[in-house]
Amino acid sequence: MTTDTTPYAIELRDISKRFGAVQANKDICLQVPAGTVHGIIGENGAGKSTLMSIIYGFYEADTGYIEVDGKRIDIHNSQDAINAGIGMVHQHFMLVENFSVLENVILGAEGGALLKEGVETARVELQRLAQEYSLDIDVDAIVEDLPVGLQQRVEILKALYRGARILILDEPTGVLTPQEADHLFRILDALKEQGVTVLLITHKLREILASTDNVSVMRQGQMVAHRETAKTSKEELAELMVGKKVRLTVDKDEATPSDVFLSAKNISQYDKQGVKRLKNINLELRAGEIVGIAGVSGNGQSELLNVLSGIEPMTEGELHVAGQVITAKAPKDAAQMRGLKMAHVPEDRHKMGLVTGFEAYEAAVLGYHNSSDYNGKVLMNRKVMIDECNQRMADWDVRPPNPHLKTANFSGGNQQKIVIAREVEQNPDILLIGQPTRGVDIGAIENIHEQIVKLRDSGKAILLVSVELDEIMALSDRIIVMFDGAVVGELDAKDADERTLGLMMANAFNKEEQENQKGESA
Amino acid sequence: MSQAKVPAWVNLALIPFLNILLAFVVSGLVILAIGEDPIEAASFLIYGAFGYNEGIAYTLYYATNLIFTGLAVSVAFKGGLFNIGGEGQAYIGGLGVGLVCLSLDHTMPLYIIAPLAILGAAAFGAAWAYVPAYLQARRGSHIVITTIMFNFIASSLMVYLIVNWLKEEGRMAANSRTFEESAWLPHLSDILAPLGIDIGYAPLNLAFVLALVCCVLVWALLWHTRWGYQLRTLGTNPTAAKYAGIDTAKVTIWAMLISGGLAGFVGVNEIMGANHSLLLNFTAGYGFAGIAVSLMGRNHPIGIIMAAILFGALYQGGSELAFEIPTITPEIVIVIQGLVILFSGALEHMFKDRIEGFFIRRAVA
Amino acid sequence: MFETLILMLDATMRVSAPLILAALAGLYAERSGIVDIGLEGKILGSAFAAAAGAAVYGSAWIGLGFGVLASVFLAMIHGFACITHRGDHIVSGVAINTIVAGLTVTLSMNWFSMGGQTPTLSGDARFLSVTLPFADALADVPVIGLIYSELLSGHNILVYLAFLMVPATYWAIYKTRFGLRLRAVGENPHAVDTAGISVAFVRYRALIICGILCGIAGAYLSTAHNAGFLKDMSAGKGYMALAALIFGKWRPVPVLFACLLFGFLDALAIRMQGVEIAGIGEVPVQAIEVLPYVLTVLLLAGFIGKAVGPKAIGRPYVKERA
Repeated sequence: MTTDTTPYAIELRDISKRFGAVQANKDICLQVPAGTVHGIIGENGAGKSTLMSIIYGFYEADTGYIEVDGKRIDIHNSQDAINAGIGMVHQHFMLVENFSVLENVILGAEGGALLKEGVETARVELQRLAQEYSLDIDVDAIVEDLPVGLQQRVEILKALYRGARILILDEPTGVLTPQEADHLFRILDALKEQGVTVLLITHKLREILASTDNVSVMRQGQMVAHRETAKTSKEELAELMVGKKVRLTVDKDEATPSDVFLSAKNISQYDKQGVKRLKNINLELRAGEIVGIAGVSGNGQSELLNVLSGIEPMTEGELHVAGQVITAKAPKDAAQMRGLKMAHVPEDRHKMGLVTGFEAYEAAVLGYHNSSDYNGKVLMNRKVMIDECNQRMADWDVRPPNPHLKTANFSGGNQQKIVIAREVEQNPDILLIGQPTRGVDIGAIENIHEQIVKLRDSGKAILLVSVELDEIMALSDRIIVMFDGAVVGELDAKDADERTLGLMMANAFNKEEQENQKGESA
Repeated sequence: MSQAKVPAWVNLALIPFLNILLAFVVSGLVILAIGEDPIEAASFLIYGAFGYNEGIAYTLYYATNLIFTGLAVSVAFKGGLFNIGGEGQAYIGGLGVGLVCLSLDHTMPLYIIAPLAILGAAAFGAAWAYVPAYLQARRGSHIVITTIMFNFIASSLMVYLIVNWLKEEGRMAANSRTFEESAWLPHLSDILAPLGIDIGYAPLNLAFVLALVCCVLVWALLWHTRWGYQLRTLGTNPTAAKYAGIDTAKVTIWAMLISGGLAGFVGVNEIMGANHSLLLNFTAGYGFAGIAVSLMGRNHPIGIIMAAILFGALYQGGSELAFEIPTITPEIVIVIQGLVILFSGALEHMFKDRIEGFFIRRAVA
Repeated sequence: MFETLILMLDATMRVSAPLILAALAGLYAERSGIVDIGLEGKILGSAFAAAAGAAVYGSAWIGLGFGVLASVFLAMIHGFACITHRGDHIVSGVAINTIVAGLTVTLSMNWFSMGGQTPTLSGDARFLSVTLPFADALADVPVIGLIYSELLSGHNILVYLAFLMVPATYWAIYKTRFGLRLRAVGENPHAVDTAGISVAFVRYRALIICGILCGIAGAYLSTAHNAGFLKDMSAGKGYMALAALIFGKWRPVPVLFACLLFGFLDALAIRMQGVEIAGIGEVPVQAIEVLPYVLTVLLLAGFIGKAVGPKAIGRPYVKERA
């Protein structure tokens, strides 16, 4: 790296940040030499975004401090960060959509009480910046009319216009097409040439290797390794990122898959902004098998679960379940999908799986509240609901076993048991299960895993979505890897190892092979 | 999870108590500012509201209207909707009552007219809520704004109908003819007199019983039917409602229909119970007062009954107070009402966060 | 016919003036992301304070000062609840309207003992009509004379102020730094925060302006349009201003036209009282009166254009956890 005499562009000293019970950052140290592109890589939830928000003054660190150009600075809010020459391009753009590019750029740096003068100066300055960094843009265009790649350019211009010498980019390629991403990396090169220091946050290995000088790896809120990019490899980074966890083992026999219970044919989904979130998904789910979906979160897994379970409509494709064909034109809602004996444990129990203000026995019938089991002619049969809830709490070891306690007041693991019990005890043919053990303590994890295997052995079809590779590998019979809304690989669980999966999740595995093939044919 | 450490009585009793205390303290300051003694004022007010049978009966008569509008606001609120149109729905509900009474009072006995009038009130009130509900559920128009607009439209419609069509021939006063006695809802004074309870001329009538029945029905509907289950799910967690396959638009529309129907019952108490004719502005702000009642009563029928009696007492005691101390007008009650909305509604986090924080810290320590 | 029209437009100006002021007040609040259904209460509060001040000190200007102070104070309560304590904007607005409705009557009965009114104002205690230069001289010139002397001349100063506020607001919103930040904060407060600007400070300033404008509207009602305060004299003007704000799609010039339209309908309703129209008969006054509200509902429902408000309106700003 640099010699000791030249100060670092930015240096972090023992930064820690805690949100309630969650230690988001712990004793983070980082040194970034001026004029370099520094990658920070880690799985989702590793604490990268929190760290960057601290640098940009969005949160204040509990302990530790930041040095810029060798001088300690106190950053209490974004203005302090801006004054220190730090700029940030957020993952979700911080743009006023119905403003012009120019208005967005000068917001907060208007240069006077009246806009006129500032606007003229900004126009000239932007022209200069555009040339210097090849950031061409129509400054009078309205932001919401621009494609995402150009909107991102506005964000970069915003930072540069404020005189940023250190630029943080948080998952900048998440929303870009490959071409736009390539262009972004050319811009980063131009920035580097002009002496700008870039912090690039990403979970994509390819980007790290292609564009950074140094890379730091975060895992579970801690900085676990620093490497010179030239001296490391995809394999090493993937391993550092995922970590060598205690290997989970689940006792299970060989799967004996039989009938196809669910088959998705060419399913695609576009969101409201017209971005394609699911790309031509094909998959089959058979009775008696667990199919695991691996992937870094945000690569279409949630959308897949929502479409399969009827919460969101698909845009294209066909879904075959229980002899029914579901299409965009003939959709079924979540209640109807339950009618086809499909149960769904959602990824986020707080947002979706529970109503935290409800008492446990009420939450224990969510989605099945219309069932004749729980209803008399007019009134719901509370006694049945409470008795059943008592029974399940005993069977599933929910603590405290109190059907009248507000759902919010159970621990994460016990909440999850309430949800899983609700779905499993309906005796479905198909179970969609997302992040079954997120925020669940070790003891309960084992129990939940056993139940899932038991369900498989009784001839159910199970689709498991998890960002925990361990869990996927321990439970699945077959593993499908998703990246950027598409299925990028499938393998038998027996052939899967962390390295291979890690590479596939970063979409680096097939690429490598393809490139090799290209090289050979050339 | 942190809430687990806050005892239930804090949220159910302590915080509402502090909110209302603060409202009373500020009102006391207002009374002090106009040169009167707040303690003396309070004692007149309490005596006026609860000191003698007739006063109590008046208190309950006012409370009847407030129970209806309080329930109306609550049902909508449980579904995450802010029905600010109780005033208009109550007004149009009264039209329903009036039309039934005016057309049947010569020919039908009370036991036919009363149920029909109650149905009329519900149907008209619900119909007035339907349009904003439909626009919210299907076209995304903001229900707060549309219900405000519908209050004004209701007001103009009623003026038009009463002045141009329903007014008694040859009279100046803008109200319909007085109904025949067959369309008068029995006053409780007639029922209580044989028991030796004299409530004087208070217009407390059977609508009060209807209000209590509505409380039970709303309680059963919200907490014991699957529709109520769906409504509460939608109101607390719309994403979970979607996950559960609940038809949110349909639930939204029905919530507003029920809310409007409940507000419409104000017409039963006022038109059929107290005034015996259809008249202008009989709703007198009860629709808005319902917001204060439901906030105070924490959207639960028991709480609503208690809050309605409290506000009913303020209305009644306020008139008594104005009589005893002429410099204090009955409108002071409206001030208290507004302060309650402010402290227990708009500023709910001010106390809540601090007090809960106190108990959480204490539990941790 | 021409003269009738001029007279009606003249009346339109008078009726529209407080609507314009209040709607522009709402524009500042709502463009900053604060829903303000408390316009009504602020107008009423100011009307009372202005009349009381003018009655006691014998000066309309002092009255105006009191009115503005009262209105700004109410706006600050709204800000305290909605900005500082993340309270519900609607509930806060209802609270303010209710408190003011009660308080103005309580205080006026107590202070003036005139059945909820303030003493009748006269002379300097009222804003009287201003005759523009040469109005009398030009009065006899055909067409232009009538327009100038009847329509344009002879209003009180607050009417002119109301109309002046439209270009002023346009300028403030679109041409100044404050306006840029105001519009931004109502659309995407996160963008404003990350640009190093305090969201709360921008919103509080917007509410102060909102209070000032409502204050002028209220003072207009009690010390210019009328000669004193009457119980509930705002009579829904705040809500109608809100409707005009939506109808004008939160932009100053369209809001002006919405106010003029609503004001004209009001003048028309008065004019049409008891008038028979051939073939139709008497048009009920109420049918004209409700038009502003009906039109606004139709607009909100998307049947006549589409009203898209500021994106972040009504939502308290909370920094989200990463």
